[in-house]
Amino acid sequence: MKYVDEFRDPKQAKKILLEIDKLCTEIVLPEDRPIQIMEVCGGHTHSIFRYGLNQLLPKKLEFVHGPGCPVCVLPRSVVDNCIRIAENEDVIFTTFGDAMRVPGSEKSLLDLKADGRDIRMVYSPLDAMTIAQNNPDKRVVFFGLGFETTMPSTALSIMQAKKLGVDNFYLFCNHITIIPTIKAVLDSPGMRIDGFLGPGHVSLIIGTKPYHFIADEYQKPLVAAGFEPLDILQSVWMILKQLKNGEAKVENQYKRLVNDNGNASALSPIAEVFELREFFEWRGLGSINHSGVKINDKYRQYDAEAVFKLKEVTVTDPDVCQCGEVLKGVLKPWQCKVFGKECTPEIPLGALMVSTEGACSAHYSYGQNIDLINQKL
Amino acid sequence: MNKKYQNKKITMAHGSGGKASSDLIKDIFVDTFNNDYLATMEDQARLDMPTGQLALTTDSFVVSPLFFKGGDIGKLAITGTVNDLAMSGAKPLYLTCGLILEEGLSIDILDKIIKSMQKTAIEAGVKVVCGDTKVVEKGSADKIFINTAGVGVIDKGVEIHAYKATVGDKIIVNGFIGDHGATIMQSRTELAISADIDSDCQVLNHLVQKMLSVSSNIHSLRDATRGGVATVLNEIASDSKVCISIKEDALPIRVPTRGVCEILGLDPLYLANEGTLVCVVAEQDADQVLTAMKCTKEGENACIIGEVTTGPEGIVALKTLFGGTKIIDKLIGDQLPRIC
Amino acid sequence: MCLGVPAQIKEIVDMDNQMAMVDLSGVSRAVNIACVLSDTNSAETLIGQWVLVHVGFALSVVDEEEAYKTLKILDEIGELYATMEDLKQGEK
Repeated sequence: MKYVDEFRDPKQAKKILLEIDKLCTEIVLPEDRPIQIMEVCGGHTHSIFRYGLNQLLPKKLEFVHGPGCPVCVLPRSVVDNCIRIAENEDVIFTTFGDAMRVPGSEKSLLDLKADGRDIRMVYSPLDAMTIAQNNPDKRVVFFGLGFETTMPSTALSIMQAKKLGVDNFYLFCNHITIIPTIKAVLDSPGMRIDGFLGPGHVSLIIGTKPYHFIADEYQKPLVAAGFEPLDILQSVWMILKQLKNGEAKVENQYKRLVNDNGNASALSPIAEVFELREFFEWRGLGSINHSGVKINDKYRQYDAEAVFKLKEVTVTDPDVCQCGEVLKGVLKPWQCKVFGKECTPEIPLGALMVSTEGACSAHYSYGQNIDLINQKL
Repeated sequence: MNKKYQNKKITMAHGSGGKASSDLIKDIFVDTFNNDYLATMEDQARLDMPTGQLALTTDSFVVSPLFFKGGDIGKLAITGTVNDLAMSGAKPLYLTCGLILEEGLSIDILDKIIKSMQKTAIEAGVKVVCGDTKVVEKGSADKIFINTAGVGVIDKGVEIHAYKATVGDKIIVNGFIGDHGATIMQSRTELAISADIDSDCQVLNHLVQKMLSVSSNIHSLRDATRGGVATVLNEIASDSKVCISIKEDALPIRVPTRGVCEILGLDPLYLANEGTLVCVVAEQDADQVLTAMKCTKEGENACIIGEVTTGPEGIVALKTLFGGTKIIDKLIGDQLPRIC
Repeated sequence: MCLGVPAQIKEIVDMDNQMAMVDLSGVSRAVNIACVLSDTNSAETLIGQWVLVHVGFALSVVDEEEAYKTLKILDEIGELYATMEDLKQGEK
């Protein structure tokens, strides 16, 4: 597999790991605390667990799994609104597989599908638009979520619907933006992150320039990173080198896809269709200003929020949840009061237990036995 | 197929028990399955008692689409039940065929499915000896549901169980994993992907007999259907109270199956198979079992993927390409295509 | 939402709607190429190029030269280490 297999070569990994080891011993932090690197994106979390990278790195280096898994941070009120839309008799509700299992206050979309509603999993928002073309007597709603990476696809699908005159296609827009989210993490009290793995696929849309405030104002290194294991290891190595030299720069490891200015052809449909929201509610983090987008007036007829007259209802996570602290790296998953007790992957209370790659879910499934196995094997 | 059924559809009359029913049974089922047991058109098949232990199983088949690359629901209905019997070491003998048909199903399609069942039954060396047909109103079922029950006989001394895996045993699979699941994924029109993959759908009873002929130390056998190889390994690890360790670089996965998994964010270890078995065999017999398997069509790509080790009970661990460890957990719910 | 895979553009199937067929390890799928069309990349020049595909859209063209450079850096990190090991061996 071109551009994939080359970046999964275990022999190269061994050498970089030794370099990382060496760098770690040379970096001494106050009170001898571990070096904490936050991977902002859920895709990185997935790769880290898929290849077991967390176990190969020195104990002194810890990954903090950030807020970049849009499924994990989806508030229950949004899922409730999906269900309100999908309960309409004339609606075919479409979304990505990821969103099907996320619990709302009472049920998930999978539960509603079991109740007999027409809910379909699609690979692409364009496929949802095709369903609309093929079912002119139905209203077809696509539940769009994700960061900037996914925005061009929904924006272009709506523009395509307009071009082709498909007027029974709607978007329930829950896209979120990365910069205010990272800023919220940086501004949170008790934040101890030493450096950031920047989300590679978000960066190929927005470029690396928007990250500069992280280095300039907060003096934290950020490296825009690819998703293959060698990409991640090289990016960690780049962050450590900066830390060792007392630097804080924005660097780009993922140059084969990311450039400093981003992709103008992808940014223009985003600007054409969307506008910033005043604020957006996140599961675990609360409300963050300008962290989401909605459909602008020009494309209002495709906006499910307007068409289905949805109410802004806030359904917060139970008080006992400490997802916010875990997301910011202040608490470890197992230090949360309800971890593994009231909150498990089968019955998740908090955001981070929802997706299989959420920080808490991953620790619940993998954390408990891994050390024991590594001793034996 | 009899000309009178051309372009005709299943109606409620075909399930009424009247002439339409009995004609359909005679023309489509009895003529195709073509054996003395069925030909009597009695309410039951009468079978001589074999010696040895009797293995009995039942399974229902509800796949969509009905026809896919490498198989169809009829072939599945035979392989599924034959393989469930074979995994105990049994020689499968007789099967039943229960059908639930949706009103409006094309009789041509029904005929194709039944012919496919018979072709597979011949390959497995089993007979379909009795059956039942019900028709339900349009919308009450999805075209056709099939249930097959089967009996087979286990020779004296053959003791294969999921609880018999012990430390040191080797884990063998008979070929590429995940092909059936990947085929079904790409057959789903809403995902709009296409790849050159065939389902692995095949009967495994001859392979199992071959394996038994070279080793009396096969401890566990399971066909890795729904939930895939990962689920079967978890079942064996928890039933045997052992830890199973597999190696990522030893897993046989076809390139296009890997492609489907990369695009949709799926793990091939959890994809369904319909002709893939997991065998746990004592270390000293592993090589001869492997060699015997490789001499068969069903096992030509067989390989060892891991072993039973000391370690936490009931855990399946994957050594990644990088030397890290990942726990292969039981699946909570279905594996859904993901984008993050 | 970051699952993206590199795939090769095989042919333009619908220029009006900016759709191309891509191939990834023998898996084909029609994807939208609006985001990879630019002044420097016309539909014709895209054929044969590798793009990153996310939810049915090509989001960026893979820069072969940069990919090569990254691999070279990875190689050099290793070399540096190997040289140091040699030195250590020499000291002993």
